[in-house]
Amino acid sequence: MVAETSAAKTTPSIGVYLRNNIREYGLLVALVVIMLFFQVVTNGVLFKPVNITNLILQNSFIVIMALGMLLIIVAGHIDLSVGSIVAFTGGISAIMLVKWNLHYAVVVPLCLILGGMVGAAQGYWVAYQKIPSFIVTLAGMLVFRGLTYLVLQNRPIGPFPKDFQVLSTGFVPDFLAFLNPAPGTITNLAALVVVVALVALAIYYGIKGRRTNVLHGTENEPLAFFILQMAVIAVVAIFLGFQLSTYKGFPNVLVVMGLLIALYTFVTTRSTIGRRIYAMGGNEKAAKLSGINTERLTFYTFVNMGVLAALAGMIIAARLNSATPKAGVGFELDVIAACFIGGASASGGVGKMTGAVIGAFIMGVMNNGMSIMGLGIDYQQLVKGLVLLAAVFFDVYNKNKG
Amino acid sequence: MDNIILEMRGITKTFPGVKALDDVNLKVREGEIHALVGENGAGKSTLMKVLSGVYPAGSYDGEIHYDGEVRNFSTISDSEHLGIIIIHQELALVPLLSIAENIFLGNEIAEKGVIDWPQTFSRTRELLGKVGLKEPPTTRITDIGIGKQQLVEIAKALSKKVRLLILDEPTASLNETDSDALLKLLMEFRKQGMTSIIISHKLNEIKTVADKITILRDGGTVETLDCHNEDIGEDRIIKGMVGRDMEDRYPAREPKIGETLLEVKNWNVYHQHHRDRQFLYDVNFTVRAGEVVGIAGLMGAGRTETAMSLFGKSWGHRISGDVFMHGKRVDVSTIPRAIAAGLAYVTEDRKHLGLVLNNNIMHNTTLANLDAVASSGVIDTHAEAKVATDYRSKLRIRSHSIYQEAVNLSGGNQQKVVLSKWLFTSPEVLILDEPTRGIDVGAKYEIYTIINQLAAEGKGILMISSEMPELLGTCDRIYVMNEGRIVAELSRSEASQESIMRAIMRSGEKH
Repeated sequence: MVAETSAAKTTPSIGVYLRNNIREYGLLVALVVIMLFFQVVTNGVLFKPVNITNLILQNSFIVIMALGMLLIIVAGHIDLSVGSIVAFTGGISAIMLVKWNLHYAVVVPLCLILGGMVGAAQGYWVAYQKIPSFIVTLAGMLVFRGLTYLVLQNRPIGPFPKDFQVLSTGFVPDFLAFLNPAPGTITNLAALVVVVALVALAIYYGIKGRRTNVLHGTENEPLAFFILQMAVIAVVAIFLGFQLSTYKGFPNVLVVMGLLIALYTFVTTRSTIGRRIYAMGGNEKAAKLSGINTERLTFYTFVNMGVLAALAGMIIAARLNSATPKAGVGFELDVIAACFIGGASASGGVGKMTGAVIGAFIMGVMNNGMSIMGLGIDYQQLVKGLVLLAAVFFDVYNKNKG
Repeated sequence: MDNIILEMRGITKTFPGVKALDDVNLKVREGEIHALVGENGAGKSTLMKVLSGVYPAGSYDGEIHYDGEVRNFSTISDSEHLGIIIIHQELALVPLLSIAENIFLGNEIAEKGVIDWPQTFSRTRELLGKVGLKEPPTTRITDIGIGKQQLVEIAKALSKKVRLLILDEPTASLNETDSDALLKLLMEFRKQGMTSIIISHKLNEIKTVADKITILRDGGTVETLDCHNEDIGEDRIIKGMVGRDMEDRYPAREPKIGETLLEVKNWNVYHQHHRDRQFLYDVNFTVRAGEVVGIAGLMGAGRTETAMSLFGKSWGHRISGDVFMHGKRVDVSTIPRAIAAGLAYVTEDRKHLGLVLNNNIMHNTTLANLDAVASSGVIDTHAEAKVATDYRSKLRIRSHSIYQEAVNLSGGNQQKVVLSKWLFTSPEVLILDEPTRGIDVGAKYEIYTIINQLAAEGKGILMISSEMPELLGTCDRIYVMNEGRIVAELSRSEASQESIMRAIMRSGEKH
């Protein structure tokens, strides 16, 4: 062990930094490579505006659920029931909207609360009765699937009122249309302007953050990396924003998803709750002896998962314009896989929101790309399985080497 | 018996950025007990890993001569094949399997994959006899104490036709009776011609059993002492380990004792698992400001249980009794309440109960009082970094930065991180449970210095320790516990190893 007492260096060398953060950059590079690969194999279909829009619509619910699942996995648990919760809450929302003719402004909050209650019902057994989450949520997976069949009486319900569908299939209107310089190519200027503004904000806060870090002697990533990273993000974001602006602009779900990603990233990196979940997943006994109410924390991670699954359930129901008892079958596996591809550890305490989101997009791009290529579900599953294994192997290999 | 069974010559082992071993030489004669001592991080375990093939030949420089030939082990089984068996500090037994299954794990007495149970059991009984165990071979490992588990490990080594037995801190988690039994066994094996290498921090034990002592420091060999040629005292060994005289192993202190801070009255606790069994009986004690109070006792006397039941009912069942701080009754029924009342508990097991090992120093430091560096649930990362930096320099935590993961720190530095965490909750009374277990002499001295500083700042310290000299060297007052009761209270002048043992023995007769 090197015994070094000198003051903390604020910027590690590039080599050291890359070694310590190889997982995150590796993941981003993997996503870009996979995207480019499918862009080539599909003869440029992947990045067509309509396909990018589809990609977002198809994967938003997986990403949204991955945010909650990551917290569960970091806390040292697993939730197998999310697919069933999706179907159950989707079904209940359909009954309320279609059979009872309730307004969506009432139904949406009610269903989110319902999801929270479903999560609470499972979280209680995990947190307070110490039953392994695998078993509790396996039971939940069966119970809520069964309940879905019961409440829907084995039949799909639909169609939904237009205003509810818009939640999932609508687009943010172009509030800057009057400024549009090139109405021929750009059909939704607002999307492009917002993306550019966001990129500018990201760069501004990035630089500001580095300044304050230097001021307080906190560790910074090497400057070259910072610039490279910002450049890549800016180019990719503006390119995607431009593509979207030539079609219908931002889908509503993209806005919801973006806000949730921002919120959950903040929660995991900056909030006391997030920190405590990581500590609990890393060493539950030590966290408990440090005065953390581990039972309550576990309980709330499951409540949170239930709420997010309910949101996903409504998005899916609105997108398909019907609630079916078979909705969401197998989604739990995609969501869990996204977290593990994103670098979460099955033993808890390790994992990042950004990783889970990128993991979800890797899965999404592969699904989408292979569908365009005309590969059947058989090959898709096979490839996804191998990618999951490869990603986790990469983690284990790095850990053993380091 | 003058054969050199093992000679390691010029062993150098480098990890990225660190030279763990630098030209280390070790010569072991057949039939001797050879002790390997040194501070944590001196390279003892690394050297033994090189020897046993954990680090394969080629990953280090230097030569290993065993039985007169140069050996290049590339796996552990290579070295085991030649009778070199290593028993690690963390025992490698499967808790839910039987003794017999554990002894022959991976080495089953079997015909075409079918286990011959009668022969397995009779061989097991024979091996257990050699280590002085009378347990039936079908006993599960989890049902026997840690001392006996250690003996099972040795029986397992014997089953592999061991010639050179390496024990890495075999007595670290044993009580004195079990330690003595183990050391006697080693001496018995010596008579039968077996060679052992023992790594230990307990110098009194080494003095008792070792023929030779090799001292490592900072990855290099300092010297090899022959216990038969000269009378080697503990101070002599320590001097070699730390590279300087350590006149006084305990820093001097002028106690300034103030008012009573903590008072515990009629503390009764039932066992955590055996719920109708009372474990603590009417425990009463006080801790005053600026005072270091010790609790002495044998394993299982109820010391840790007293501390943990007091600290937010973390242990036990049907807990009754009163706790006072500054003479006022306080509620300590949950850990947050105990912390709010001004208590802090530094556990005996820092890896499993004290630290989140894969979190960095900073995160561990603020864990118990995260709200102090946050507002409305949002952490102020700069304030947090400042807190961690302050404690890092105040307690002299040796690390690259506050962002180093706790798992990569040495034992002494890990303990300092745990102390930082609790100091940051600004406690009035700190309960320190075995605060120097498994850490080296130099770091121990630093921990004692910190304890003294805290006492000087007016905090009350309650210190639980199994090392009597440590209690005698640091405490102003010592309570002696036995079988769930406080059986004696000794002032600094009354306390001695003899008086403590006498109190334990006398109380044992009464029941």
